[in-house]
Amino acid sequence: MIFPIDKIRSDFPILHQEVYNRPLVYFDNAASTQKPIRVIAAIQRYYEHDNCNIHRGVHYLSIKATEAYEEARKEICEFINAGNKREIIFTKGTTESLNLVATTFGKRYLNPGDEVISTIMEHHSNFVPWQQVCLERGARFRVAGLSSRGELDLEELYGMINEKTRLIALTHVSNVLGTINPVKEITAIAHQRNIAVLVDGAQGVSHLPVDVRDMDCDFYCFSGHKMYAPMGIGVLYGKEKILEELPPYQMGGEMIKEVYVDHTTFNELPFKFEAGTPNVEGVVGLREAIHYLNELGMKEVASYEESLLKYAMEKLSGIENIRVFGTSKQKASLVSFLIGNIHPFDAGTIIDKMGIAVRTGHHCAMPLMDYLKIPGTLRASFAFYNTTEEIDRLIASINKVKEMFK
Amino acid sequence: MKIEEIEEEVVNEFSAYEDWLDKYNVIIEMGKSLPMIDEKYKTDAFLITGCQSKVWLHAEYLDGKIILTADSDAIITKGIINILIRIFSNQSPEDILHANLDFIDKIGLKEHLSPTRNNGLSSMVKQIKLYALAFKTKMEQQGYVG
Repeated sequence: MIFPIDKIRSDFPILHQEVYNRPLVYFDNAASTQKPIRVIAAIQRYYEHDNCNIHRGVHYLSIKATEAYEEARKEICEFINAGNKREIIFTKGTTESLNLVATTFGKRYLNPGDEVISTIMEHHSNFVPWQQVCLERGARFRVAGLSSRGELDLEELYGMINEKTRLIALTHVSNVLGTINPVKEITAIAHQRNIAVLVDGAQGVSHLPVDVRDMDCDFYCFSGHKMYAPMGIGVLYGKEKILEELPPYQMGGEMIKEVYVDHTTFNELPFKFEAGTPNVEGVVGLREAIHYLNELGMKEVASYEESLLKYAMEKLSGIENIRVFGTSKQKASLVSFLIGNIHPFDAGTIIDKMGIAVRTGHHCAMPLMDYLKIPGTLRASFAFYNTTEEIDRLIASINKVKEMFK
Repeated sequence: MKIEEIEEEVVNEFSAYEDWLDKYNVIIEMGKSLPMIDEKYKTDAFLITGCQSKVWLHAEYLDGKIILTADSDAIITKGIINILIRIFSNQSPEDILHANLDFIDKIGLKEHLSPTRNNGLSSMVKQIKLYALAFKTKMEQQGYVG
């Protein structure tokens, strides 16, 4: 099938502009993706016709808004193949989802001497909450390293598992290296020892078809804004059985069942974890983004992005003195690199002035930068609306950088 | 020369270039000719935090003037520091404290000042002004008039 790239690009108004007198090339998709016009329109339509607080009123608008919100939950459940709607919790984003689990899982299950395993390739959001909850609970926080290709060192990871291990927290796809971790295999091994597995799906769900039941992980967290939906909306998927066991995270609003002066009872799943008035606008936008992705087909998206990655890797390898970080066999569509000894800030500044948005710095993964002994990288992360012509422009800008800093 | 005069000179130099890449070529050249800081000051004590690249800044007080030296691991940052040193070094603490920073806007480096971008021009300017304040206070306590 030919990917309808021209049609797709026309769905994203923001891409059609000039920056510094040059056509914009947007390669910072791992930080946040752009929104198709129909997502923007869905949010506008919501405010023009349906806006209201949900779950409370008996009136027409409240019912309509509640229906939209709950219908979205059902569609997200189907999108990642969760067991049922009670397993889908709306949050502000991946970071909140991860903090929710770290805090409540810590309270319920972590005791002094217990262990949590994470990896050196984690984003701070799936590293610091576990590090901190372990410090609080007197538990041990352990971190598995990498192979030279930037793949997870599975031998080291499995070697860390013992009778004290309570949970493994790892990313589906590394936001710096692009490495796709074998989460299904890791989960199967962890479950033999009765260890819970949390997967940070922030970089996974926008690139790959995700089936949480096939993966069998206990938690899967992701953000709307990295999958063509608005900012400020995210999802926590958790297995019903384990979510039932966890205490509430925040108090007030929809998570309440009954309040007395001396005690309170809590609502059932998924509402138990949704305190306060939710981001209905975000949910409406996320639902529309999922419709859009379903129409494109996640398999087709993954295969087109893979062709972009292959093209970029080939072109980069043709440039002298380029160091690419992350050459995993299973890799999502992003490249982290350094140009000779040129500081990533220097290179990124010039590439920006050539109209190309790449990310420079530590990418919220300081432990990984220390591990690789580098100050940071340049990262070009692709989405399905990017083209090989845009990659050619990136390559030209890299050559320009080399010339300017000679 | 007075601070405002040097600022005007810098603004004029940059106004000759329309394209951003040309402006950055000038900054890169300036970065290559930055007067180097004494190696012994390239320690964490002189490191400015809040920059994507590392910046070391040293200041000393000599005959009523502040002498600044600096270095960075990124060349564009070095170029920007060089501009700041050209403007603020060898000036009195009083003049530095009252200096107007419009030149940054005029040469189009405003984006480097944005607090949301961690590349630290604002941190550098803040640090220079802090040095000026510190020397001014010290001198006043000792009974000098800058």
